[in-house]
Amino acid sequence: MELYRAHVLVCAGAGCISSGCQAVKSALEESIDRLGLKREVKVVETGCMGPCDLGPVIVVYPEGVFYRQLKPADAVEIAEEHLLKGRVVERLLYKAPEDGKTAVTSDQIDFFKKQTRIALRNTGIINPESVEEYIARDGYRALGKVLTSMTPEEVIECIKKSGLRGRGGAGFPTGLKWEFSAKAPGKPKYVVCNADEGDPGAFMDRSILEGDPHSVLEAMAICGYAIGANQGYVYVRAEYPLAVQRLSLAIEKAREYGLLGENIFGTGFSFDVEIRVGAGAFVCGEETALLASIEGRRGEPRPRPPFPAQEGLWGKPTVINNVETWANIPPIILKGPEWFASIGTEKSKGTKVFALAGKVNNTGLVEVPMGTTLREIIFDIGGGIPGGKQFKAAQTGGPSGGCIPARYLDVPVDYESLTQLGAIMGSGGLIIMDEDTCMVDLARFFLEFVQDESCGKCSPCRIGTKRMLEIVERITRGEGRDGDIELLEELGQGIKSSALCGLGQTAPNPVLSTIRHFREEYEAHIYHKKCPAGVCRALMVYAIDEEKCNGCGRCALVCPAKAISGEKKKPHRIDLEKCLRCGTCMEKCKFGAIYTI
Amino acid sequence: MSFGCKCGGELNSKLDALLDRYRGQPSALIQVLHQAQELYGYLPRKVLQRVAGALNVPLSQVYGVVSFYSFFTIHPKGKHQISVCKGTACYVRGAGQLLDRIKEELGLKPGETTEDGQFSLEVVRCLGACGLGPVITVDEDVHARVQPERMSDILAAYRQ
Repeated sequence: MELYRAHVLVCAGAGCISSGCQAVKSALEESIDRLGLKREVKVVETGCMGPCDLGPVIVVYPEGVFYRQLKPADAVEIAEEHLLKGRVVERLLYKAPEDGKTAVTSDQIDFFKKQTRIALRNTGIINPESVEEYIARDGYRALGKVLTSMTPEEVIECIKKSGLRGRGGAGFPTGLKWEFSAKAPGKPKYVVCNADEGDPGAFMDRSILEGDPHSVLEAMAICGYAIGANQGYVYVRAEYPLAVQRLSLAIEKAREYGLLGENIFGTGFSFDVEIRVGAGAFVCGEETALLASIEGRRGEPRPRPPFPAQEGLWGKPTVINNVETWANIPPIILKGPEWFASIGTEKSKGTKVFALAGKVNNTGLVEVPMGTTLREIIFDIGGGIPGGKQFKAAQTGGPSGGCIPARYLDVPVDYESLTQLGAIMGSGGLIIMDEDTCMVDLARFFLEFVQDESCGKCSPCRIGTKRMLEIVERITRGEGRDGDIELLEELGQGIKSSALCGLGQTAPNPVLSTIRHFREEYEAHIYHKKCPAGVCRALMVYAIDEEKCNGCGRCALVCPAKAISGEKKKPHRIDLEKCLRCGTCMEKCKFGAIYTI
Repeated sequence: MSFGCKCGGELNSKLDALLDRYRGQPSALIQVLHQAQELYGYLPRKVLQRVAGALNVPLSQVYGVVSFYSFFTIHPKGKHQISVCKGTACYVRGAGQLLDRIKEELGLKPGETTEDGQFSLEVVRCLGACGLGPVITVDEDVHARVQPERMSDILAAYRQ
């Protein structure tokens, strides 16, 4: 094996790729080559390190120096200064937005300091395309332990004792699911990985698949042994081509090393995995719809029971777990269920990965123990709200979840507490909203989403959410009526209790939770015809502040409706009859003279 | 040539090879459609008929699958494919205004293609780059934190 004096890890997660990390990496490699350091310094492409808005990021080891927001020219400088001369490039280090303090290594940054990484233990640290690096980090040791020293029953008992619950949203105890499948009659049995991560705002499954694909494969093989299955399928959404590519490579490598396929570790146990690529249907994240899609059919859900654990793929017992759930399995086997159960809260054990996005300073992936408060996640790790704005709400669980207002910031986050607040844990999308977000408009957004994605099989979802959308749209247009809020609540409850699958049963949540926590905002739209956040255009009235307006005429020039008039160098005025409420004038005014009422 | 499609013989022989690989396997339908669409750029009726025949699935069912999944299209697409992310994170960061600007700029609604065949526009739900919203992709390129004003420059780069 070649020895290097330094390793440079280049984050190649989706976020950093979008920010141009490939150009940075090439510049780095070229410089290293030019400086004759090729045999001393190794450049490694890793999966997502987490802090997406700082991308492209790299870490230089052995010191662990963390550089952020790099341009190709910066990479050249790092090669010349740091890698050749051993001088850290101060200018490219992270500076905390609060106090401007410089952090040299990532563990000095709050964003990383407060995390506990179990599911993400390898992402951003290893090269996802190298099975050797996975093995060096204890990879496939759990599979070896299970196959050589544990009975299937012991494996199931271990997962049950750990308290691990499904990370895809519903939080069903994983060990119990495995036990049901193991005991169910019918052969062959199947193991399925749900990687149809569809909740807008959630991208942890993608990062795990792209950054640590072997952890999922190893866990699926462990489950195969526990329930008596020899075939696994990973169902990945088509929007994630890189995940598909890295996973295919991982499967190939694992087969080559005898970690998948016939007679694994010479124990006589055989297990193989195939990939099925989705085709753009949100409902396929629902497990029965997903199974239909693997079978090559329209992804329409069917009533449960029978649950897939009893009758799943081709009618056979099938365990379906989500990517993040799988990634937790190998450490549980290696470190023991007691270790895992010691993290988290009474009913929610372990950690949860959140995808922090929206109006928050540090966006990206964070993994924290269950029971961490929203305040810690948003303000300590996320660095608070940008632009000095006020935190208004956190949206969890995507279109199935709800909005949590500021007064609950100190509630410990676990499955139960979020459900009590009318939201759900969901897959871990955590979208932060500030005072500029209108809750009625947000509810409309999610209803539109559900309408688009409803498969149409059951009428509560297909027609019910359509009626809800029409009502909410009317409210945002300023045509809300007395009784609309109550009607939405009634419809929502009806749909929740009668829809066929999880998609429909949770579809009203965004509306119900915003009514519950932000009722006054609905009332402002309906009774006062006002949008407090200034989002719903039909409800806005533009006006010009005569004190501030110096009559430059820019606004009149850009107004598409010719609604602004006035003499040069004298305050202008807006003709509300003609005004289209497009907001262009306000955007263009250099003096801040145009405001909305 | 087995059917009168103007797509040319080379594509047809690739399709033949593809169908041979999955002949008689109805569960491979979605995977076969993916690959067929990659070959032709869309899924013409003649191709669907051949897929149906080879996999032993009724054409009605093939059509049912094609129309169910948003990834499949039975209409030819433009030279450049613009996808605007309207996931939640992008939405709260202004994806709506961005989409309006693109629609205006190209005179298109989502799902349509410009008359000169240059651009197709579609709305997607979450590209998983939520930290960088609003995000659009043009073909394989990801454009992050796109302000509506930047749109004309971005499009111009592809027009040449």
